[in-house]
Amino acid sequence: MSVKGKVWKYGDDVNTDVIFPGKYTYTIKERADMAKVALEDLDMEFNKNAKPGDIIVGGKNWGCGSSREQAVTCIKERGIAVIIAKSFARIYYRNCFNEGLPIIVCPEAVDAISMGDEVEVDFEKGVIIANGKEFKFPPYPEFVQGLIKDGGLIPHVKKSLGLA
Amino acid sequence: MGKTFAEKALGRAAGYDVVANQVVTVEPDWCMSHDNGAPIARTFKKIGVKNVWKPERIVFILDHAVPAPSSDHAVNHKEVREFAAEQGIKHLYDVTSDGGVCHQKMCEEGFALPGLIMVGSDSHTCTYGAYGAFSTGIGRSEMAAAWATGKIWFKVPESMKVVVTGKFKPGVSAKDFILKFIGDVKADGADYMSVEFHGEGIENMSIAERMTLCNMGIEFGAKNAVCKPDQKVLDAIKDNAKCDRWEPLWADEDAVYAAEYHYDLGDIEPGVAKPHKVDNYGPISEVKGTKIHEAFLGSCTNGRIEDLRAAAAILKGKRVAVRTIVIPASWIVYRQAMKEGLLDIFLDSGCVICNPGCGPCMGNHEGILAPGETAISTANRNFKGRMGDKDSFIYLASPMMVAASAIKGEISDPREAL
Repeated sequence: MSVKGKVWKYGDDVNTDVIFPGKYTYTIKERADMAKVALEDLDMEFNKNAKPGDIIVGGKNWGCGSSREQAVTCIKERGIAVIIAKSFARIYYRNCFNEGLPIIVCPEAVDAISMGDEVEVDFEKGVIIANGKEFKFPPYPEFVQGLIKDGGLIPHVKKSLGLA
Repeated sequence: MGKTFAEKALGRAAGYDVVANQVVTVEPDWCMSHDNGAPIARTFKKIGVKNVWKPERIVFILDHAVPAPSSDHAVNHKEVREFAAEQGIKHLYDVTSDGGVCHQKMCEEGFALPGLIMVGSDSHTCTYGAYGAFSTGIGRSEMAAAWATGKIWFKVPESMKVVVTGKFKPGVSAKDFILKFIGDVKADGADYMSVEFHGEGIENMSIAERMTLCNMGIEFGAKNAVCKPDQKVLDAIKDNAKCDRWEPLWADEDAVYAAEYHYDLGDIEPGVAKPHKVDNYGPISEVKGTKIHEAFLGSCTNGRIEDLRAAAAILKGKRVAVRTIVIPASWIVYRQAMKEGLLDIFLDSGCVICNPGCGPCMGNHEGILAPGETAISTANRNFKGRMGDKDSFIYLASPMMVAASAIKGEISDPREAL
């Protein structure tokens, strides 16, 4: 599978409160509605204009802070194809796999990509193509490959319990 | 080669010897959820399993917005109650005088115990390391899956050792130390790691102070944070341990660490986390005189009786210059503060006392900021918009500094108010 999209680039330590504000945690319940407030306290341009297939590029420690899974759901439901970052905060990292949102850790690529660039990601080959350069990224750890294949944790659990 | 705490705790739970970076699947001793028990219950139902794996291991504590400030929140609480009744989940701390902030309740009710594997659908679940537990926050899907299967996977983390010696000078506390530490190692300093607090500096601390340290573990990326379960912990759990599965565990002397830091508490001075990041440390000298509009004393970080005492000692006989919101971390703390006359001190000085719960910490209610306003808070996060408005500003500080600042209406040095 490969995707190609326009980049929304941000810095280090982007936290879950600016991705999905805490005041909405119990008032917004539908997944589609979560998408509407995505990155509201970080970047209103993204909030207004991000399109399905776009790509988010972040610095180190993307998704630090709260365990709120809506900070992943809102981005997935917005149709973002992949998040590429220098590193992810650990709960966010797990939540992405559990929600079936592709993420890539690739510091070199992050440094070479700017806001608004067109970037291509080939998941099979493990390559990011940006500004004419190729950046390799390692395959997902074996224990999360099953999650990704099944489309997230809940379908994975259903399958493993024979309920799919 | 010796073992770290994380290797011992996860190895004990897995039933075999483990080393860092190995992946293990274990059964959690407790699964804690707060108001988000409702969306987790909805996800659980999607899995298609009829019953949770062990209802006696699931704990619900309503705290994020209590009593419900809106119909949406009320529906949420109702769903938690209904699910608990339907599944036979007895550990439900509802909107009653048995309640309080989830992490405070987990500790004071005897759920937090040495050596246990504890997961919570809240990032500050790492607090229970103050009792020697391996505890960590997880997302909603993961909690729903844990309820269904009784299993959760962990990569055995590498460990960070923080060796702490010395004693605080007057006017300085555990919050000042952890804010300084986070400023040094930054928000990702311990990403994916287990953080162990060692040394006589920790041994001399109360469990409340250790809870403040472990609570803030997530703010520098830790998977879990832990202190040695010493006699203070054993005395505290003696009469109220909720199960007998616990066992005191601690790292071997020759355990191997990915990082090691040394601090002398005598070198620590009062300090804050400046807007809008927890690792944006500033010593008092840098921020003194900054005008504030609100002071908040409370939260899972600093809403315990020790914190209220420290603040009350400064507020006694004085009048606050800005609105000051005091929220004891539980009704047990509230009642104790009442017995000790602390609530009178707060009321005499002009503070507003709210019912135990998370209050304004994540912008739900009871002290939301207006655009352009600045708060000083004892909570754990100062992210943009955290207390409800993205154009407001939050400084994180100790209970003593919050009290001293409330009196002057500007960020103030607690050492001058003692």
